Amino acid sequence: MPEEVLQQASPGLIPGSGSARVAKVTRLSPSFISWLQAGPMMLVFLAFFLIPLMFVVIVSFWDYNEYQLLPAFSGRGYTDTFEGCIAQLPELCTIAKTYLKTLKLCFLVWAITLFIGFWVAYFLAFHVKSKTWQMGLSLLCTIPFWTSNVIRMIAWIPLLGRNGLVNSGLVKTGLINHPLEWLLFSEFSVVLALVHLFTFFMVVPIFNSMVRIDKSLIEAAYDAGATGFQTLVNVIIPLAKPGIVIGSIFVITIVMGDFITIGVMGGQQIAAAGKIIETRVNALQFPAAAANAVILLAITFLIITMMSRIVDIKKEL
Amino acid sequence: MTETTRKNGLSRRTLLKGTAGFAGLAAGSGAITGFPYVKSADAKVLRYLGTAVNEGDDISKQCLKDTGIKIEYITATTDDVTKRVMTQPNSFDVLDTEYFSLKKLVPSGNILALDARKIKEFDNITPVFTKGETPGGKKIGNQGTAPWKVLYLEGKDSKKFATSATEFVTLIPTVYNADTLGIRPDLIKRPISSWAELLNPEFKGKASILNIPSIGIMDAAMVVEASGKYKYADKGNMTKEEIDLTMKVMTEAKKAGQFRAFWKDFNESVNLMASGETVIQSMWSPAVTKVRSMGIPCTFQPLKEGYRSWASGFCVSKGVSGAKLEWAYEFVNWFLSGYAGAYLNRQGYYSAVLSTAKAHMEPYEWAYWMEGKPAEKDIKAPDGSLLEKAGAVRDGGSYEDRMGGVACWNAVMDENDYMVRKWNEFIAA
Repeated sequence: MPEEVLQQASPGLIPGSGSARVAKVTRLSPSFISWLQAGPMMLVFLAFFLIPLMFVVIVSFWDYNEYQLLPAFSGRGYTDTFEGCIAQLPELCTIAKTYLKTLKLCFLVWAITLFIGFWVAYFLAFHVKSKTWQMGLSLLCTIPFWTSNVIRMIAWIPLLGRNGLVNSGLVKTGLINHPLEWLLFSEFSVVLALVHLFTFFMVVPIFNSMVRIDKSLIEAAYDAGATGFQTLVNVIIPLAKPGIVIGSIFVITIVMGDFITIGVMGGQQIAAAGKIIETRVNALQFPAAAANAVILLAITFLIITMMSRIVDIKKEL
Repeated sequence: MTETTRKNGLSRRTLLKGTAGFAGLAAGSGAITGFPYVKSADAKVLRYLGTAVNEGDDISKQCLKDTGIKIEYITATTDDVTKRVMTQPNSFDVLDTEYFSLKKLVPSGNILALDARKIKEFDNITPVFTKGETPGGKKIGNQGTAPWKVLYLEGKDSKKFATSATEFVTLIPTVYNADTLGIRPDLIKRPISSWAELLNPEFKGKASILNIPSIGIMDAAMVVEASGKYKYADKGNMTKEEIDLTMKVMTEAKKAGQFRAFWKDFNESVNLMASGETVIQSMWSPAVTKVRSMGIPCTFQPLKEGYRSWASGFCVSKGVSGAKLEWAYEFVNWFLSGYAGAYLNRQGYYSAVLSTAKAHMEPYEWAYWMEGKPAEKDIKAPDGSLLEKAGAVRDGGSYEDRMGGVACWNAVMDENDYMVRKWNEFIAA
């Protein structure tokens, strides 16, 4: 998905840098030049995204046994995935439960990162005046990425664990008698870790949209007697929409496919759409894994489509 | 185009000749020292694919010293090793893998059996592998993919496992162990003697099992059988109904909050135990050692129902032939000649050829690790760090007691596909 965003963003970025060259090579038609500009990205996109994706879709309809792929048409990857979905009614089948859980985590993470990300971006764009400070403070937001994934995960145990800092602190102050079990290896810890990691992906695009807002618009709103809240709702939020949508796309696509963070922070006890794919791949059941990947892709695509219905990013940019 | 190519070819050949001549001169004169790799054209390099278990730096260094073979490790998890053999059989030379994966690897035709006659110590390999009994004559449990069931092939290129000994060996045995539950004796404060304790509500929220389906299901089966809920015909080859039943018991426990977390990675298991998040869980021997070396009490608890065992060994990729195949034999022969075996024994694993490993260990080390006797002196790890103080006794005791107590082996079942689906359901429950 990030590629798509980049592609959509690139037409706006390239003409400025390309215009100097246009003057020299006047013989080439403008449409040829645009193809030339978009070409490299398109080729990369084709070779490393579309073609592999096509293979995934094809393989998802193959059959398999313990040790090889059988290139014969079979819907087994899909039928196995939805096994028991009708028979078990009204109880939910594995795949439905898994997706409900994934969507729930995704929604929580999205809502929280949006809330925090929006206000961090707001602070950076409107309260920090100097460009240097804006840069410095945005860099601070990247701190969660300074260590490896594994270290980050392990580091949560001494903090949130049964005998961790938070629990022993709370017990000592007398607020609780027994350590809180739900601090770690729970949905709480999964959401916490994901928010901690991905708020940055919300901050950057929203900040980017906000700095481009013409300050005179805000002054005009003030002059016209709008309260701070009215200015926020009627001026700033509508103008920051593209950033909000792009940030949301980042966060949603990452969380929908995540299985490492959910696995480690959830103590491997919380199902995730990505986790099913991993288990299948590890068992060498590639067609089943591919089928699950196609389903995940379809659902993520659906969410993104719905979001771009709300805001037309192309137009807004 | 052709001319340039020829020119290049010529000049390269002359260059090569020149270098060879110079190298010969250098070697002949003996004036220039410190050039052991002048013959780099046929430097003996083997790409070694395996899990981290056998891949010690000390082993590869010693091997280079003794045989001149340079080992390039390709380290992956058990699942990834299998995946790599299936999808990139030309990306490695020597394969170090577990016997249970043979049910997938052999039919794929991507690995080559080795010739038993070319393995010097083959007749000295412990009867654990060849007969399914300990050197002392104790019968070992044969449920699951026990090594002796898949040790021989019917012919050189056969994809069928032979029922009696042939010279075509699927994997030359190297290392194995008997696994059980790890516990925190300081937090449990009472004796533990059965696998059933894993689901004891007393340890609610403090238990864990590993989230690798083909190993986890075996631990689960040990628990189900120990609690008297069901007796399997073969834990290592369950029917669909048996898989359903096993997962049902585990799912109920999971829903009741029995498990604190599942683990997948060696370090995760160490952290869970060391931090006290769990007090009883499936564990691997070196992980227990690691927790203990942090100064935290941890026991690899022998249980009355027996151990779940695993074993691994060497074979080569189908792409290996000629001189490279000879190096592979040389390497495997070196591996069984004692240094590596002693190294593995000192980590708490067992080596396939006991006699050569014994010759490379101090008598007090052998007595502690293999005979279950109290340590006469401090026991040190291969890297020199202190493992146990003098007087300590190994958990589970001697080789005879531990290997003789094996109840089942890690397995790939006939219903593996179904089992993996049910495992996903268990995680989602």
